[in-house]
Amino acid sequence: MRSAFVRSLMVLAEEDKRVCLVTGDLGFGVVEPFAAKFPGQFVNAGVAEQNMTGIAAGMALCGKVVFTYSIANFPTLRCLEQIRNDCCYHNANVKIVSVGGGLAYGALGASHHATEDIAVMRALPEITVVAPGDPIEAEMATRALVARAGPAYLRLGRSGEPLVYSGDVNFQIGKAIRITDGDDVTLIATGTMLHATTQAATQLAREGIAARVLSMHTIKPLDVDAVFEAARGTRAIITVEEHSIIGGLGSAVAEVLAESAGCHVRFKRMGLPSAFTAVGSREFLTKSYSLSVEGIVESAMQVLELASSRA
Amino acid sequence: MQSSKHLLTAARAPETISGDRDLAGFARTIRIATARMIHRAKSSHIGSCFSTVDLLAVLYGGILRFDPLRPTWPERDRFILSKGHACAALYAVLAEQGFFPKSWLDTFYQDGSALGGHAMHSVPGVEVSTGSLGHGLSLGCGMALTGKREARPFHVFTLLSDGECDEGSVWEAVLFAGHHQLENLVAIVDYNKIQSLGGVDDVLDLHPFAEKWSACRWAVREIDGHNLQEIECALRQVPFERNRPSCIIARTVKGKGVSFMENELLWHYRSPNDEEFKASIAELSSAS
Repeated sequence: MRSAFVRSLMVLAEEDKRVCLVTGDLGFGVVEPFAAKFPGQFVNAGVAEQNMTGIAAGMALCGKVVFTYSIANFPTLRCLEQIRNDCCYHNANVKIVSVGGGLAYGALGASHHATEDIAVMRALPEITVVAPGDPIEAEMATRALVARAGPAYLRLGRSGEPLVYSGDVNFQIGKAIRITDGDDVTLIATGTMLHATTQAATQLAREGIAARVLSMHTIKPLDVDAVFEAARGTRAIITVEEHSIIGGLGSAVAEVLAESAGCHVRFKRMGLPSAFTAVGSREFLTKSYSLSVEGIVESAMQVLELASSRA
Repeated sequence: MQSSKHLLTAARAPETISGDRDLAGFARTIRIATARMIHRAKSSHIGSCFSTVDLLAVLYGGILRFDPLRPTWPERDRFILSKGHACAALYAVLAEQGFFPKSWLDTFYQDGSALGGHAMHSVPGVEVSTGSLGHGLSLGCGMALTGKREARPFHVFTLLSDGECDEGSVWEAVLFAGHHQLENLVAIVDYNKIQSLGGVDDVLDLHPFAEKWSACRWAVREIDGHNLQEIECALRQVPFERNRPSCIIARTVKGKGVSFMENELLWHYRSPNDEEFKASIAELSSAS
């Protein structure tokens, strides 16, 4: 996903000289081509995320569209107040990019697990929060964020994420993409959980369960209409995210459902517990927290059983 | 730009200073307006405002290029009040220069006012919002870098407090500006030697202060931050060296201008009561 991002950013930087990339001394093997081709649009701020974010805001206030770039929690939590006061308060054109959202750097330990970032970013005023589900979404999100004025958070996976889409995708900020249709259960996935969620839907189909899969790549502003349609058109909703179950996609969807009168759809959040996650590969960790194809299938079956018994 | 009668041109021009311009009178006007605002508002930071006033008077009295009728004129010099808690003085300056009506000053700190207790970019002439310390110099670096890369004529001036230099982010920005040779960037430190809970030397000693900036490749000058000629002389000479950002360490007095406030920690917080206010105005009005 990070390669798709940089590829897309290089095209954009060529087209639009306002586009700049500011890294916090990370992106080995990824950012060098950008730096070589666009030296006047590139800055390595060093291992100094607060300053990285502040200078990005200063550049944006002089007319630039600035992407800050680092991994895990470094471009978000480390410099949260700069994001809030310098970027969001000034509605500055700063797009914060984190590579390794979730458990991509699982073996590196909890310091490198970005598991509360969506919750924290989503709480800030003015900001747009996007977690693309595959390299194609990542590429389109990058372009869409350049076109959209104001601060944004772009949460990426790392590398080697499988493609979910084969053809054209109608990607719009704030609009969920319906990948499969069904009226039994809606699986709402964001970011790196999208691929496993689509696979789970395929397995559920074999069991005779029709799952609607929504790619909720934009967590803020949330596609409220898509949530309402899911509540009306299917018997249960499950949110799937590589993030704490507190404050992320699941919470955002729950907020919408809880405040809508007469909405009795079954609902479950799949995500990480509010705990420091263990050490291991992404595959190992996601599986141990049931964020796997099997885990999603099992949750869907359970929720639907509950839904049936209640009816 | 020449059409604007308000435009103060010839920034950093070689002509001599002060002369026929009454910078002392300007500074006195700002101090009196600031005292009125803070007294009316029953707010804090009068000492922190007074230590900055002479610096602000020189900056806005002939150094900065700006146009009150077009606060966002792209080639304006950027002034960042990184010590955003001294905004009452800045608001008084901006009102005096015609960025907004002076009547606004009476609403400072009040419910629903345009003028809050820390610098807000929604106020005409205020470049950026500040209030949390340690943000301004990074913002200034981003602006200066852009200006340098595009060969734009503006300078970026950032006014920091000494206590603010406890913040690690300040030193991230100091390193960055030196490394990137941002000679269009000026940091002015209001070195009044008193921070929130005590003397700067006692809380977290900054010594050797000038050397820290020099070591990070800044050209540093130490001045008396209340001597208008010295201030203007320094500001007209930036950049002090080619390819280096300029740091002006301005030795100041917290509460400067009102004898019972000077060098007193209390006046970081205390708001003058009616009697103290009267005494302040009397002393400020009689100042030469």
